[in-house]
Amino acid sequence: MAGGAEILKLVAQRIALGILLLFAVSVLIFLGTEILPGDVAQSILGQAATPQALENLRRELGLDQPAVVRYFSWLGGVLTGDLGTALSNRLDIATAIGPRLKNTLFLAFWAAVVSVPLAILLGLLAVRYRNGPIDKMISGTALASTSLPEFFIGYVLIYFFAVKLNWFPSFSTVYEGMPFLDRMRAIALPATVLTLVVLAHMMRMTRAAILNIMQSAYIETAELKGLSQFDIIRRHAFPNAIAPIVNVVMLNLAFLVVGVVVVEVIFVYPGMGQYLVDHVARRDVPVVQAVGLIFAAVYIGLNLVADIVAILANPRLRHPR
Amino acid sequence: MIAIPGLGRIPVGALIGLFFTSLFLFAAVFAPWIAPYPGSQIIGGVWEPRSAAHWLGTDNLGRDLLSRMIYGARITVFIAAAATALAFSLGAILGFAAAVVGGWFDTIMSRFVDLLMSIPTLIFGLVVLSVLPSTIPVLIMVMGLLDSTRVYRLSRAVAADINVMDFVEAAKLRGEGRRWIIFREILPNALSPLVSELGLRFIYAVLFLSALSFLGLGVQPPDSDWGGMVRENKEGIVFGIAAALIPAGAIAALAISVNLVADWILTRTTSLKGGRGG
Repeated sequence: MAGGAEILKLVAQRIALGILLLFAVSVLIFLGTEILPGDVAQSILGQAATPQALENLRRELGLDQPAVVRYFSWLGGVLTGDLGTALSNRLDIATAIGPRLKNTLFLAFWAAVVSVPLAILLGLLAVRYRNGPIDKMISGTALASTSLPEFFIGYVLIYFFAVKLNWFPSFSTVYEGMPFLDRMRAIALPATVLTLVVLAHMMRMTRAAILNIMQSAYIETAELKGLSQFDIIRRHAFPNAIAPIVNVVMLNLAFLVVGVVVVEVIFVYPGMGQYLVDHVARRDVPVVQAVGLIFAAVYIGLNLVADIVAILANPRLRHPR
Repeated sequence: MIAIPGLGRIPVGALIGLFFTSLFLFAAVFAPWIAPYPGSQIIGGVWEPRSAAHWLGTDNLGRDLLSRMIYGARITVFIAAAATALAFSLGAILGFAAAVVGGWFDTIMSRFVDLLMSIPTLIFGLVVLSVLPSTIPVLIMVMGLLDSTRVYRLSRAVAADINVMDFVEAAKLRGEGRRWIIFREILPNALSPLVSELGLRFIYAVLFLSALSFLGLGVQPPDSDWGGMVRENKEGIVFGIAAALIPAGAIAALAISVNLVADWILTRTTSLKGGRGG
């Protein structure tokens, strides 16, 4: 392949762009907690705070220093794995995040394991029986489920499967050293909600991507030269469908990362989302900045992977301009 | 000008959507007149079941659930509509301006919007709300600003297409200013794609607000939108009390019905394309 170096250069450029974006995002997240009427100390302690308490908190947060200095010391900390300490309980943020990040990834992983193959399969079915009852049903439920809030699906599932039927626990408590099967039973409902939330979108996009390929001229050519349906899909449709499908999957995994915040609160699951929401309510700015940055980094990372796969798999993208 | 001739030809889905959308809007506008009880007054026991006096039962503090639903419709629809209006005016004006002015203004605006959109909306909303008070004006501002990025992208793309058309060239040659180009040439022609986007953005605003309030970071008590009501009543679910499902279902019903109406308007306006619509 002659374009090998070319592809490598494109991928390297895309990665560099992603890193640049991540820095810009860290600035934005930092500024998001800066540009305020008054200052952070005032909004944390409220109007009734004594001047002495305000002064102490300001010094502790480093608010007596200019924003640029604070940003770089924060960034330097983040890059060396030091996320600072939480204001509310004086605990090291990085140690508090560790197990929670693992829990969230565990939940997201199983939701992805179920939803990705299911969505691709249903998307293929919808294309195979295009405009038939299956296709119509899939499109209909897709429309409905993009309008359903996560907590509606969540509480309906809890109401029927946890309270009425008592099949699953209604709170997804997990702890260190929990047996695998118990853990799976605990995350069954939240993983189902996450699956339902991303499934419809992923299915619809997969359907569109495959439909797009099946209607292109080279598929028609392959049909006309008498290839069997199986060979058409194996030799012509599938290699071209990989890139759009991987793209769809990555975009939806990024979507899942956000959905996890609300779902964890519904099921009182000890993950990153719950941690973020708790500390937003307590106005614990260092924690919010750290967790916000991690969520944004995962989101940007998944989008980056989607783009790189698209570059690797799509011959047209190998020669831009 | 959007004429709606032949009311008999509205598809069933759109009819259902129109019915529920108008029902919710009616409840929102006339809340004080149709609600049987004041929204925040305790008038019975905690989580009473449905009865003739309380059609939907009572909530976690013994307030009439139906009345709170009606007042909640008002808050939900008002905030979502205001945020959508802000997102549209801001996004559309900046998007049109970027397409018409071009150059460095376009580059800076577009890159900044790319940056904002690279952070999930909910996450950035939470970051900002960790230091801002959750008052209604702040919620409208935050939601409107974050959502204007999507309107900006759409308006810029649409306006860039229109900007190279002959009648815009003619207006430029005539010596019209940028303001004329944006408001008299581009806006009327970009209205149809923007209107169909309006419904989707409204749904998004309703869901975003509900999520924030459900997380306890949106509308603050004693006022409550539907998301906040889900939060208030969620503890009851474990005891088999379905009160939280009613506001949650209402959010879903509102979103689906607006979606159905928007879908119908979209198919109608696209089928009108090429005619003398607009």
